[in-house]
Amino acid sequence: MTDGNYVSRTPVSQQPLKIEQSSPHDIGGLVEIEINSKKFKVPFGITILEACKLFDIHVPTLCHHEDLCIAGVCRICSVEVEGMRTLQASCSFPITQSIKIHTSSEKVRKSRRHILDLLLSEHYGECYSCVRNNNCELQKLAKEYGVDFYRFGHVKEPYYDIDKSSYSIVRDMNKCILCRRCVRTCIDLQEVGVLEALNRGYDTKITTFLDKPISEVICINCGQCINRCPTGALRTNDPSDIIWEAIDNPKKHVVIQTAPSPRAAIGEEFGLPAGNSLTRELNTALKMIGFDRVFDTNFTADLTIMEEGTELLNRLKAAIVDKDESVKLPQFTSCSPGWVKYCEHFYPDFLSHLSTAKSPQQMFGAVIKTFYAQEENIDPADIVTVALMPCSAKKFECNRPEMVDSGFKDVDFGLTTRELAQMIKEAGINLPDLPKSNFDEPFGEASGAGLIFGATGGVMEAALRSVYEIVTGRTVPFDNLVISPCRGMEGVREASIKLENVKDEWKFLEGVELKFMIAHGTANAKKVMEKLKKGELKDVHFVEIMGCPGGCLGGGGQPIPTSPEIRQKRAEAIYKEEAELPIRKSHENPHVVYLYSKFLTEGPCGHLSHKLLHTTYTKRGNYIA
Amino acid sequence: MPILNKPIVFAKENFGDGFEKGLKMKPIDIVLAVRESGLKGRGGAGFPTGTKWMLAATAIAEKKFVVCNADEGEPGTFKDRVLLTEFTEQVLQGIILCGYAIRAQVGYIYLRGEYEYMVSQINNAIQKLKNENKLGKNILGKGFDFEIELRLGSGAYVCGEESALIESLEGNRGEPRNRPPYPVNTGFMGYPTVVNNVETLATIPAILNLGSDWYRNIGTDKSRGSKLISVSGDVEFPGVYEIPFGTKIKDMLELVGAKDTKAIQIGGASGTCISAKELNRNLSFEDLPTGGSIIVFNNSRNMLKILKNFMEFFVEESCGQCTPCRIGNKKLLDGVNMIEKGECSVAYLKELLSLGETMRITSKCGLGQSSPNPFISILTTFGDEILATY
Repeated sequence: MTDGNYVSRTPVSQQPLKIEQSSPHDIGGLVEIEINSKKFKVPFGITILEACKLFDIHVPTLCHHEDLCIAGVCRICSVEVEGMRTLQASCSFPITQSIKIHTSSEKVRKSRRHILDLLLSEHYGECYSCVRNNNCELQKLAKEYGVDFYRFGHVKEPYYDIDKSSYSIVRDMNKCILCRRCVRTCIDLQEVGVLEALNRGYDTKITTFLDKPISEVICINCGQCINRCPTGALRTNDPSDIIWEAIDNPKKHVVIQTAPSPRAAIGEEFGLPAGNSLTRELNTALKMIGFDRVFDTNFTADLTIMEEGTELLNRLKAAIVDKDESVKLPQFTSCSPGWVKYCEHFYPDFLSHLSTAKSPQQMFGAVIKTFYAQEENIDPADIVTVALMPCSAKKFECNRPEMVDSGFKDVDFGLTTRELAQMIKEAGINLPDLPKSNFDEPFGEASGAGLIFGATGGVMEAALRSVYEIVTGRTVPFDNLVISPCRGMEGVREASIKLENVKDEWKFLEGVELKFMIAHGTANAKKVMEKLKKGELKDVHFVEIMGCPGGCLGGGGQPIPTSPEIRQKRAEAIYKEEAELPIRKSHENPHVVYLYSKFLTEGPCGHLSHKLLHTTYTKRGNYIA
Repeated sequence: MPILNKPIVFAKENFGDGFEKGLKMKPIDIVLAVRESGLKGRGGAGFPTGTKWMLAATAIAEKKFVVCNADEGEPGTFKDRVLLTEFTEQVLQGIILCGYAIRAQVGYIYLRGEYEYMVSQINNAIQKLKNENKLGKNILGKGFDFEIELRLGSGAYVCGEESALIESLEGNRGEPRNRPPYPVNTGFMGYPTVVNNVETLATIPAILNLGSDWYRNIGTDKSRGSKLISVSGDVEFPGVYEIPFGTKIKDMLELVGAKDTKAIQIGGASGTCISAKELNRNLSFEDLPTGGSIIVFNNSRNMLKILKNFMEFFVEESCGQCTPCRIGNKKLLDGVNMIEKGECSVAYLKELLSLGETMRITSKCGLGQSSPNPFISILTTFGDEILATY
C-alpha cells in the first residue's frame, strides 16, 4: 500500500497478494489444484483466472483488465469451487489451498448466460452503429454464448444524453455496462480521478464530479479510459468527417503529419499482430486517400530536441554560471499534452519547471503555416493541417487558445490511429498490402532520435544524444547510440551521464554529472512531482514525463486492446525501425539544419523560435477545466 | 394475557462482573471461552464468533481493530436499538473484551445514521467507562490500552455488510469488497479486523460471568444460546423478545399474540417467507435462521404487494456494483409488476425464479445473494394464490 510516503488509492483488498520470496528464483510455494478434473500445480496466491490462463483454459472476463486492480463486479468469470455454496469470481479468488475448480459446469454456464442477458438488457445501442463494432468485448461474449434473443428484454430508448462536450472524449453512458474499468483507470492507473460511480442500485451510473460534462472537470484527456472500455461507451471525438470534407475540397491544401507511435500500431487495426511498423505503407495510403502532403512528425521531434535541449543548456548556464536562483531545475519535458494538463491541474505551482517548447505536433503546425506556406507559396488560410497522433489529448492541445502563433490555428485536427484506420478502410485500402513510399519534401526524412519519442524514455535518449555531443563534441558513450538506462517499462527510472572534456564554450559543465529521470503514466508522474515538492530533486537536471503508460505508444488513440505485452511489442517495433535509419541524431537532421539557416536564423530559442515554437501554461488547479 | 417471556441472557444480573473477570483472564482464554460457548454471529450469517476471534488473535499485525456493527438496517429489525439504549455499557464492555482478546488498539461503533439520537448517550457511556478506567490507557491496571470511537453511517443498507462497512469507515463509497481476503485478515486500513453485531458483543460479558457451559446449555445443538427477535406486523404485542434457539414458530406466534396468521417473514426482507401451516418449524441456524426479525402477516394481506415492497427495497439498496444484484433485482421487480398486470407468462416466471437462483450464487456479497429470497419463497409458497388472484 505504501511506497515511501506515497499512498495508493487502490483498496487494500484489491491489491495483489504479496508472497514472501526467499530468493528471486523462488516462485513461492506451489499448490496442487484441480481444474475441470485435471491436476495442475500453481504458485500460491495467484487467482483462479491467472491459473486458468497459465494452462490455456478459457474463462470469459469483462471487468478484468491486466493493467488494472481487481474489481470482481461483472461476475461473468464466475467458476464453481467444490465445497463452496456460491460460485466464485475467478478474477478475484486467490488460490491458497488445494481446491477443485469447474470452469464450465451446468451451474456456471447457466449463471454466465443469465449475467450476460442482464447486461444486454440494459445495454442500449445497436452494434452496427457503434464505433466498437467487431471490437467489442460484450459483443464477443454474446457470440461466444450464442445469444439469439433478449431473455430479459432490451432497452428501446436511450436514457442518457451523449456527452460530446470535450474535444477529446465522448461519453455515451447508454452503452456503459458499469464494469468500472474507466473508474479504475482514472483513479488507480492514472491517479486523476474524474470518473466515479454515482447513485446506488439500479440507478448507479459512472459520471464526473457533480455530474458535469467531461469538458468541465479536471480530465487530462489522456484517453486511457477509452482504451480500456470493453464497449463503445467511451470513444474519441472523431473529426474524420470534416477531414474528408477538406480533402474533397480542391481549394484546400491538406497536409498530414504522422507520429511514430500510430505507425507502429496501426497494423493491429488491420489484423496484424502487435509489433509491425507500417510507416512507409502508411505514406502510400495517405496519398491515395487524398492528402496533399505527408510529413513526418519526427522532423519537429528533432526540432523539439534542438529547442528543448538548448533551453536546458540555457537553464544550466543560468543556474551554474550566473547563479540565477529564479531558474527552475529540473526541467520537465512538455511533449505530452496529457501530462501538461495534469501538471496544470495538480501541480500548478511547478509549471515553471516545464520546458516552454511546444510539442512536436504544435511545432509542426506552426512551421507548416509559416515557413512551408512561404516556401511553397500557398496562402496559409487554405492549408488544413491534420496530425495523426496516438493520442486523444492532442485533440484538446490543438484547440488550446494559445496555439495560434502562426496567425491561424496551428494544427486544425488531431486524428487518432483508430480514426485514421477507419478512414483508410473506408477508402477501400488494405494497408499492409501497399507498396512503400517516402515522406514529402521539404521536411523529408527525419532522424531516429525523433522516432523513439514514441516510447517512454525516447525523448530523454534523443536529447542526451544531442546535448552530450553538442557539449563534448563526442557521441554518447553507449554502444550503437543505445542509451540503455532510458529504455524499458519501469514506471520511474533514474540515471546519470558524466560530462567530461567538454568544449571550451561549455567549460562550466566540465565534470557535471547530468542526472535525469523518466516517468510514464501520470500516477508515476505524481511520484516524481511529490519528490519535487519535498525538494528531493535538487540535483536532477532533466525529467521526461509521458502522460500514458508506455509513453505515446500506449496513448488513448491507439488500437484497442492494450496490455503490457502489446505495449512492449510496439516499443520493440519502434526501436527496431530506428536502428535501421541512417541519421539518428536530431542535430544532424539536414532539414532541421536548413530550417535554422533559412528561417529560424537566430538559432534555437531565438526570437522567432520563441514566437512560433514555444508556449505558455495556465495555472488551472481544481477550478479551471 | 399471553405469557410474556422472561429475559434469558439479557438480564442485568447475568452480566455481574463479567467484564472484570474477563480482563483478569489471559486474552487467549477469552477467545477459547467464547469458542467453547458456541456463540455464533448474531447479524444473521451465523459465523462462529470464537473462530473469528481466533483468526484475528493469531494474525500477526502491528495494528488490529474491532468494529461493532450497529448499522441495523434490515427491515423489521430493531433489537440492536434496544440493546444500545438499555445495555449500552454491556455492548461497550463486549467491544473492549474483544479488543483485549485479539490485542486490538481501537474499536469502532458503526452506528446507523438514523440512530443519531443515541450518539450522546453512547458517548456518555464511553466517558463513564473512561472515568472508571475501564477504557483508555492501562485499563484496570492491566497494561492494556484501548479506545472506542463512534462513527455514523449515512443510510445505506449495504453498509451493514461487513466489508462495505469497512469501506465506508475508511471514507470510501460503501461497497462490498472481494472476499477472500476476509476482514479478520485484511480489514480496516488493511489490518486484521473483527466485525461483530451489537448483540454478539453484548453477550460476551454474560458468557464470561456465568461461564461457557451456562451459555452452551441454552438453545439447540447447532445453535447455542438465545436470540433477540424484533416482532412486528399483525400481532397484538409487537416488540423485542428474547427466546432460546429452537423455539417453535407456533410458540412464538402465541407469545406475540398473532391471530388469523397467513404468513411469517423471517429474517427481514432478505429472509424467507413461510406459510402459517409450517408451525412446527423452529428458529435456529439449522432451520430458520434470522438476524433478528419476524414480520407476521394475517389473512387480509396481499402477498404480492408485500413482495413488491421488498423488491423495491432491494432495487434501491443494492450498491450497484455487481451485475446480478444491480440488474437482477430490477428484473425481479419488473416481474412482480408484470404479475400484477397479469402480463407475466408462466415460462417467464420460471425464468425469473431461475434468475433468482443465479443471483444467489453469483452475487458479490450477502445482499445480492439473499435479495431473491423473498421472491423465491413468496412465489413458491403463495404462487398458486397469487396467480389465481391476478
